[in-house]
Amino acid sequence: MANKISDETIAYVGILAKLELSDEEKEAAKKDMADMLDYIDKLNELDTDGVEPMSHVFPVENVFREDVVTNGDSRRDILQNAPGEKDGMFKAPRTVE
Amino acid sequence: MQLQELTAVRLAEKIRAGGATAMDAVDAAFQKIAEQEETLHCYVTLDKEGARKRAEEVQRRIESGALAGPLAGVPVAVKDNICTAGMLTTCSSKILGNFVPPFSAQAVSALEAAGAVILGKTNMDEFAMGSTTETSAFGVTKNPHNTAHVPGGSSGGSAAAVAAGECFFALGSDTGGSIRQPASFCGVVGMKPTYGTVSRYGLVAYGSSLDQIGPLTKDVADCAAVLEVLAAHDGKDSTSIERKDTDFTSALIPDAAGLRIGIPKDYFGEGLDGEVRAAVLQAAKVLGEKGAVVEEFDLSLVEYAIPAYYTIASAEASSNLERFDGIKYGYRTPDFDGLHNMYKKTRSEGFGAEVKRRIMLGSFVLSSGYYDAYYLKALKVKALIKKAFDEAFQKYDVILGPVAPTTAPKLGESLKDPIKMYLGDIYTISVNLAGLPALSVPCGMDQKGLPIGAQLIGDCFQEKKILQAAYAYEQAAVK
Repeated sequence: MANKISDETIAYVGILAKLELSDEEKEAAKKDMADMLDYIDKLNELDTDGVEPMSHVFPVENVFREDVVTNGDSRRDILQNAPGEKDGMFKAPRTVE
Repeated sequence: MQLQELTAVRLAEKIRAGGATAMDAVDAAFQKIAEQEETLHCYVTLDKEGARKRAEEVQRRIESGALAGPLAGVPVAVKDNICTAGMLTTCSSKILGNFVPPFSAQAVSALEAAGAVILGKTNMDEFAMGSTTETSAFGVTKNPHNTAHVPGGSSGGSAAAVAAGECFFALGSDTGGSIRQPASFCGVVGMKPTYGTVSRYGLVAYGSSLDQIGPLTKDVADCAAVLEVLAAHDGKDSTSIERKDTDFTSALIPDAAGLRIGIPKDYFGEGLDGEVRAAVLQAAKVLGEKGAVVEEFDLSLVEYAIPAYYTIASAEASSNLERFDGIKYGYRTPDFDGLHNMYKKTRSEGFGAEVKRRIMLGSFVLSSGYYDAYYLKALKVKALIKKAFDEAFQKYDVILGPVAPTTAPKLGESLKDPIKMYLGDIYTISVNLAGLPALSVPCGMDQKGLPIGAQLIGDCFQEKKILQAAYAYEQAAVK
């Protein structure tokens, strides 16, 4: 049952997680993840056939409210946190060549 | 009696009676901060000038009769993952090191409306991921009872600040035990309410289906008073619940007559420290003397809670933390080549090791091919754990057990072995999976002089029963 995490898996997870790991971090991540998955595999001891997955503990239906603006214009405060700003907008690196 | 020694409720009484002012209270807290903060490091951000100004405004409103509640004029510390308008909110992470929220969390707004005065923001494990406050990007917090030991986590700064008198009460957040465990390690009262009781609006999300904000206080009466202020339906949080039974202070009855208390045998097995076991069983005995019917039972499934929790919490974390992309707020890497390289470098430089570990695990268990085997499996186990609690609460009003297997570990001992650290959450974590309310109340000290906490778990919406049991115990133990 010992899990082994391949270089390809770590590279793939890095893409999903948007993380760039150093070689050293990759090796540590392979070991950490394999250890955790070994541990999580313990859940397979339980028979869960026919059990509904529970994402929320209470039977909550969709919660609706009227789409009414209640906050004021806080653009200045919001943009003050932006690493890049131009003409009252977020400035991001070029996305389309 | 020195002002710093008063509980929050007693301090507010004294201020209302004219025996002290809100400014005196702020000064008293900052005197404690000046004496100890260099050693303890409970806070990430302190706002002395702002706190004094807010205290003056609150004092005017108390004197005019506009403010008369049980928290009016009382200084509070807020965990640094709870947004405070105009005040840094970093989650103890480099990636949010310069983030100043344009709005306040609903819990913060509720406290301010009640006249509480915010002193600053407390240290925590980065993004609440950790059990010792050692994963903070801004240095460790030390346990006020013994500075060679951790305060617990992730709300370690809040718990230590309350224990050290550097505030009169504090807010924390609890995803898998992050209020109860540091409360236990620091010898204060800490409570995680029923999921949905306190709005999560403005709480920086970690595991959204598990996160709850709650109080850390000097005693049980303060805990009930703070929870009464925090609990309210909020349209800005779609999981917020409309409750009518939020008069929690009505449960402060120094008697446990008629309460049925169950002791899960599975919580007293291998791995539990002998001194912790003895102290918690002694608390059970005291409650029995106060009229409770106490008996042992089998809860079952206890050892499956941690693997289910880390699967679900990591999955939710990997999704929630996608928002930290170097565009809208926080840190952006100085050197990059194009958009995607900027994302990756920003996140890799901005997040610490434990956060990356959980994002990676979460991304994996949600990825196609593994989703059913890991994530869905964990959600099914969560359903079984909830069912086990439902059955237990047919027989008992309160479940009593330890908060953690040991007292506070030494600084530097926990991060080497993540799984071992995760195992320390064994008694607290299933409460979050099942959405239950639970409270940690001090029940003694070990030979090293470190506090021990007893955990009281209630059925959903039954905060009053655990508050009553905790209050009855506390009053009996004081005498």
